[in-house]
Amino acid sequence: MEMKETHPIDDLIRTDRIPHIWCSGCGIGIAVHCFLNAIRKSGIPPKNFAVVSGIGCSGRVAGYVKLDSFHTTHGRPIPFAVGLKLANDRLKVVVFSGDGDLIAIGGNHFIHAARRNVDITVICVNNFNYGMTGGQAAPTTPVRARTSTTPYGNFEFPFNLAYLAAGSGAVYVSRWTTLHAKQLEDSMLEALGKKGFTFVEAISPCPTLYNRMNKLGTALDFMKFCKEHSVIRHGADPKTANIDLRGDIVVGRFVNVERPTFTDFLEEGLAQGLPHRKALLDEERKEFEHE
Amino acid sequence: MSTWRKPLTKAEPVARRWCVHVLPERCKGCSFCIEFCPRKALESSSQLNSKGYRPPRLIEGATCVGCNFCAMICPDFAIYSGPEVGDGK
Ligand code: SF4
Ligand code: SF4
Ligand code: SF4
Repeated sequence: MEMKETHPIDDLIRTDRIPHIWCSGCGIGIAVHCFLNAIRKSGIPPKNFAVVSGIGCSGRVAGYVKLDSFHTTHGRPIPFAVGLKLANDRLKVVVFSGDGDLIAIGGNHFIHAARRNVDITVICVNNFNYGMTGGQAAPTTPVRARTSTTPYGNFEFPFNLAYLAAGSGAVYVSRWTTLHAKQLEDSMLEALGKKGFTFVEAISPCPTLYNRMNKLGTALDFMKFCKEHSVIRHGADPKTANIDLRGDIVVGRFVNVERPTFTDFLEEGLAQGLPHRKALLDEERKEFEHE
Repeated sequence: MSTWRKPLTKAEPVARRWCVHVLPERCKGCSFCIEFCPRKALESSSQLNSKGYRPPRLIEGATCVGCNFCAMICPDFAIYSGPEVGDGK
């Protein structure tokens, strides 16, 4: 058919790899589209971005965006991103990955990067299970939910990612479902424009595994559910912002505060303790700007 | 006396005409665009793409208002709206 036809977002995706591997109705593609639109609106040149993903369905994002991107080992996109940011703080470093990757195996990195307020943006697609490996339970799987490793229902309470991020020190925390494409895009734009550890959670359907095993219907049914059962509560206490897939999903921008970043303290310390190193750093920066 | 204010510029408002573009080979038939188009202007086409999905198309006579929501909600970068070709406004 008309294979030569192009899409307005094509200059930011690796079209030779499209169609992507995500299942029909999977929300990851929507989150990627929102992210790329946000990049465009931010006015920051795409060459200044670095995108880091881990393992899993959402971990594939790094392979589809036409930006400097890195597909790292399981759970490690955040330490990789922190390294990038420390080596070159002019980069806009974004971690784009899934709940299994970022919060299970990478959970420690997540809380400590937030605690240090490292200047990175973390976008987490939350679909309540490990998609790529066959629908196993994750730390985000709701209690009693069925997954391939919890055939009698999950016995564990899940993390509330927004609460976890806020409690660990993130300066920006928001949550939207993939149905809220416009709000999700605006939220990503806000997060990208803010200094410090910013966190955006995108609730996504996983029709192939989680939704099927829990009789939540098709991807379209899940999107309709999001339409009917999302409650927008900006500024809500993340502790009370629950996700109930049989009740309501609380969405909105929960946290937006200012706090000195890791880099701020680093520079202050360097200027006082190691002024010659600070001078070197400033010089390197100038070079980067001239590139 | 009428209190109706007269606009200073009396140019006729012109409605842009919009159309949707579909990249049929990218579509995976999730029907998000069809369901969430605020004008309910889309439907599944009768043609299958090579993967066996039915990409959307504009319903005969329906009006697309160019809100681009179908593009935003499409997980597969397969649809977008734009001004109708030849609509040089
Ligand atoms: S398995 Fe789930 S998360 Fe992975 S691509 Fe399919 S729908 Fe998306
Ligand atoms: S641009 Fe808006 S009105 Fe037009 S088809 Fe898409 S969703 Fe419908
Ligand atoms: S949203 Fe995209 S993939 Fe889904 S039916 Fe519409 S064009 Fe196809």
